[in-house]
Amino acid sequence: MNMPTETVEIGLTVNGRSHRLAVPASATVLDVLHDCLSLAGTKKGCDMGSCGACTVLLDGRRVNACLALAAQQDGREILTIEGVARDGALHPLQAAFIARDALQCGYCTPGQIMSALGLIAEGGAKSEAEIRESMSGNLCRCGAYANIVSAIVDAASGPS
Amino acid sequence: MTSPFAYARAADTQDAVRLAAQPGTAFLAGGTDFLQLWKAGLAAPSRVIDIGRLALDRIEVRDGVLVIGALTRLADAAGHPSIRHELPGLAQALLASASPQVRNMATVGGNLMQRTRCLYFRGADFACNKRAPGSGCSAIEGENRQHAILGTSSACVATHPSDLAVALVALGASLHLRGVAGERRVALEDFFLLPGDTSERETVLMAGELLVAVEVPRTPQRSAYLKLRDRASFEFAVVSACVAAQVRDDRIETIRLAAGGVATRPWRLKACEAALAGARLDDAMLRAASVLAAEGARPLGGNGFKVELLQRTVHRLLADTLVPPPTSP
Repeated sequence: MNMPTETVEIGLTVNGRSHRLAVPASATVLDVLHDCLSLAGTKKGCDMGSCGACTVLLDGRRVNACLALAAQQDGREILTIEGVARDGALHPLQAAFIARDALQCGYCTPGQIMSALGLIAEGGAKSEAEIRESMSGNLCRCGAYANIVSAIVDAASGPS
Repeated sequence: MTSPFAYARAADTQDAVRLAAQPGTAFLAGGTDFLQLWKAGLAAPSRVIDIGRLALDRIEVRDGVLVIGALTRLADAAGHPSIRHELPGLAQALLASASPQVRNMATVGGNLMQRTRCLYFRGADFACNKRAPGSGCSAIEGENRQHAILGTSSACVATHPSDLAVALVALGASLHLRGVAGERRVALEDFFLLPGDTSERETVLMAGELLVAVEVPRTPQRSAYLKLRDRASFEFAVVSACVAAQVRDDRIETIRLAAGGVATRPWRLKACEAALAGARLDDAMLRAASVLAAEGARPLGGNGFKVELLQRTVHRLLADTLVPPPTSP
């Protein structure tokens, strides 16, 4: 039987780099990214799972980092916005966001991009209606939705 | 406002149940509802038992029943071939739940155990019998557009928020509950309690008892879930309904109906069922039976519209799902 502890030792692979971390039992993945790994690209919006700004891929699937307890993620892989570009070149989805002007203030953009990467991997970006439904977990208070959908259409149909 | 908790990972179900015997303990699965409650100061366990890695995340297709492990993610359940093909109403309810991100984390068991979205419960500045027994109910005389019209009491009018539970009640599901003394089975509709004057007690689950599986009959039948909400997606139901029915020629042979967004627990529509079972399909009959959905409704100041909306939701669901009848085999 494992006895409850205030601090939990976990191994986490973040953007291809493995880390050993001692995290507070009540810390979220979002807090660990910010406070232990100095990865500030993943944004804290509502901190309640409503806005999607903190979306990351956990073992390849999109999740809200604010609702994921770090202690539960021992041995798992996380991809954040900092790990999306390769060898200094933007990911085609990042390039599409720029080409389509799919942002204004940009605060929701890392979460939008991570969520769209998850959506494309799920094979769910086959129509604009499907993209709109499946991006419902990501809010954009600047209202760049039309251009976000266009960027995802471009990236989903182009070579990845 | 938040108080730190200690963490332990359960090695197996027995270990989990044993660890949970101590007061101040909470089970942790997907964490999506728990962390919201904890951050809002509404859950303050001294320790959490992580059950997330127990082997309860499988869906077994057996003769006559589907056994869905309580730790199955909502997204995985929605994508399972047997659920998609045999129980479309269940798949639709799953896909109408939360957001894709949450569906990748949240579990079937956790979804059934989620707490109400009543703003007075979630906002700690108001009286709420569910949060602080005996403090009163702020919703009865307050903002109650989203609240229940059925199953209410003078202590609580909060709705049960789960889409999944509504579909599972219509499909006649039961739960497997594991405690230190062994396992027992409870019909889902008997699992949820009416608020009465103990609205803080929401289910028959005993302290330390763990929900391990959901069993759903694989009855060959039509099923569908219809959810109406204030925006197109990622929102709780204003009104929802699920039907599961066997139709032969133009006659309804068996039917079960349940509604969400309108009641303090997933609400079986027995008066509608009684009017529909054995009846010949025609729109006037469906319309007349749908009116019975609101039987016993007691609307509050801000939610009287739910009476007619519920009746119309049930009618549209029945008309879309049962008409035209299939050609007989």
